[in-house]
Amino acid sequence: MQPFIQFESVSKSFGSMTVIDSLDLTIHKGEFLSLLGPSGSGKTTILMMLAGFERPTRGTITLDGMRIDQLPPHRREMGVVFQNYALFPHMTVAENVAFPLEMKRLPRHEIARKVARALDMVRLGSLKNRRPSQLSGGQQQRVALTRALVFEPRVILMDEPLGALDKQLREHMQLEIRELHKRLGLTIVFVTHDQSEALTMSDRIAVFNAGKIEQIDSPHAIYDTPRTRFVAQFIGETNLIEADVVNVQNGHATIALGADLAAKVRSGPELQAGQKALFSLRPERMRLGAEPAGDNSLGMTITDCIYHGDHMRVQLARGNFTFTARCERLAGDWTVGTQVVVSFDPRDCTVLTS
Amino acid sequence: MFRTAQTFFGLLVVTFLLMPIVAILPLAFTSSVFLTYPIEEYSLRWFVELTTADAWRLSIMNSLIIGLGATLLSTVLGTLAALGLRTKALPFANLLRTMFLLPMVVPAVVLGVGMQMLFVNLGVASTYPGVIIAHAVLCVPFVIVSVSASLQGIDPSVEKAASSLGASPVKVFRRVTLPLALPGIISGAVFAFATSLDEVVITLFVAGPNQRTLARQMFSSIRENISPTVVAAALLLIIGTLCLGGLAALLRWRQERIALRAAP
Repeated sequence: MQPFIQFESVSKSFGSMTVIDSLDLTIHKGEFLSLLGPSGSGKTTILMMLAGFERPTRGTITLDGMRIDQLPPHRREMGVVFQNYALFPHMTVAENVAFPLEMKRLPRHEIARKVARALDMVRLGSLKNRRPSQLSGGQQQRVALTRALVFEPRVILMDEPLGALDKQLREHMQLEIRELHKRLGLTIVFVTHDQSEALTMSDRIAVFNAGKIEQIDSPHAIYDTPRTRFVAQFIGETNLIEADVVNVQNGHATIALGADLAAKVRSGPELQAGQKALFSLRPERMRLGAEPAGDNSLGMTITDCIYHGDHMRVQLARGNFTFTARCERLAGDWTVGTQVVVSFDPRDCTVLTS
Repeated sequence: MFRTAQTFFGLLVVTFLLMPIVAILPLAFTSSVFLTYPIEEYSLRWFVELTTADAWRLSIMNSLIIGLGATLLSTVLGTLAALGLRTKALPFANLLRTMFLLPMVVPAVVLGVGMQMLFVNLGVASTYPGVIIAHAVLCVPFVIVSVSASLQGIDPSVEKAASSLGASPVKVFRRVTLPLALPGIISGAVFAFATSLDEVVITLFVAGPNQRTLARQMFSSIRENISPTVVAAALLLIIGTLCLGGLAALLRWRQERIALRAAP
């Protein structure tokens, strides 16, 4: 994949506040990249700089080899979908979708043809004479999407486009956008603070924190091998424990989790004996049983069970050391106070140094 | 109990405000030359007088000319000012806004004296352009308030969306901002016209005998000879103002509906 959009040491300050600090980011053609982070982490600012509504304080942005950071928004050919859809309230659905084509000065008959085809594609043909106010949230969202797609922009930018929809509709639209992305080979930059949305939709996810990218990787890598404490904590749920590296050999390391607790983990070249490290283990990667199994088995006591419908959340403790585990169901006679053995695979543990 | 007292007090206030108007209006239809009750015979002679007597006819024409001129001028200036005040990075925006709204609070007499002296120096005293400019100064704040309100109802992302879809700033303004602000502009224009229509004080200072407006003519005629024509003219003004007020309310209602629509 060739670099399509490139941010090179881009910084953005508002007054004395630095929102983006010397950021490098490469976006490939045809990829679905999510910018994920808590509010105020700078992800929306990145999108606004890409769309042209904000100019970088320093650094350059190129699209297909051409510098675009000084171009006004209307000359960037980027379709933007806003969180609140930003449909033109005084125009009908068809007029909304025709707008970008009129701006391109296409002949009238061609505009009519393209609008009809685009609206049919998202099954809105029958609503073309309605005003946005007469549409449901999901329909408005689809109009906004169609309007951003119809003029064949080079990139589609989406700013939390599904935030205002209810859960079911949101999941439906996630699939619909994914499907459009694949079918039309679109390059999509998608801003969200919803991690499950980012995980299900993206080719790659850039996790933002305080104006910097913490990690940019495939959803799989982001979830399974977080590279910073922030990523481990922000994506999914995890047990994070301050630990010491005891020894390293043959690609495995032994980590001391507490006074009398140790775990065996997979180790890369970065671990050295005697180092301080951060041990991370996902609750769903733990197995609870009566007998020890595998490399890592810790005897612990159940201190609380929380019922969640499709799973149980189990709090475990040993001394002042605690774990949260997630399992489908508990064996019938386990209650608070039961001694169980917690086992987990070394490959499921992540150890962060730094 | 409290509810009843509230309603009663409300009615009392409304009566207090409307009584003077209600009391005098029937006299427009008297056939007598005196402004007194009881009305012995009803007639429309004073309305006929209003449309035939030169002084009255001319004053009605003047009011329309000056009113339309002031409306046009103040609507254009007020709309531009409201658009400018919306600029995010404008320094001293609040100070500027206050300055623009100042003509609403400065005593008309003070404005009148100042304008008269200025206009004499500029050579526009006692001319139509002079009176139109003077009225426009008073009308601009109404336009700014009304247009600003409707601009505030526009979701900024709608304009951003337009520009991302390929619209140049001029196109964004023509195709999105202007149509969405139009109800506010029109209702501002209505307020401006109504303001010009009943303006007397500044007119006294800057207008010559040729620019005598209807309000000004009423003012002088009530001092010279108290004729029921004044009441007939008042009735016309009230009906005109009510119609304009109704129009403005209608537009405001439409604007609120559009603003509601714009919300997701």
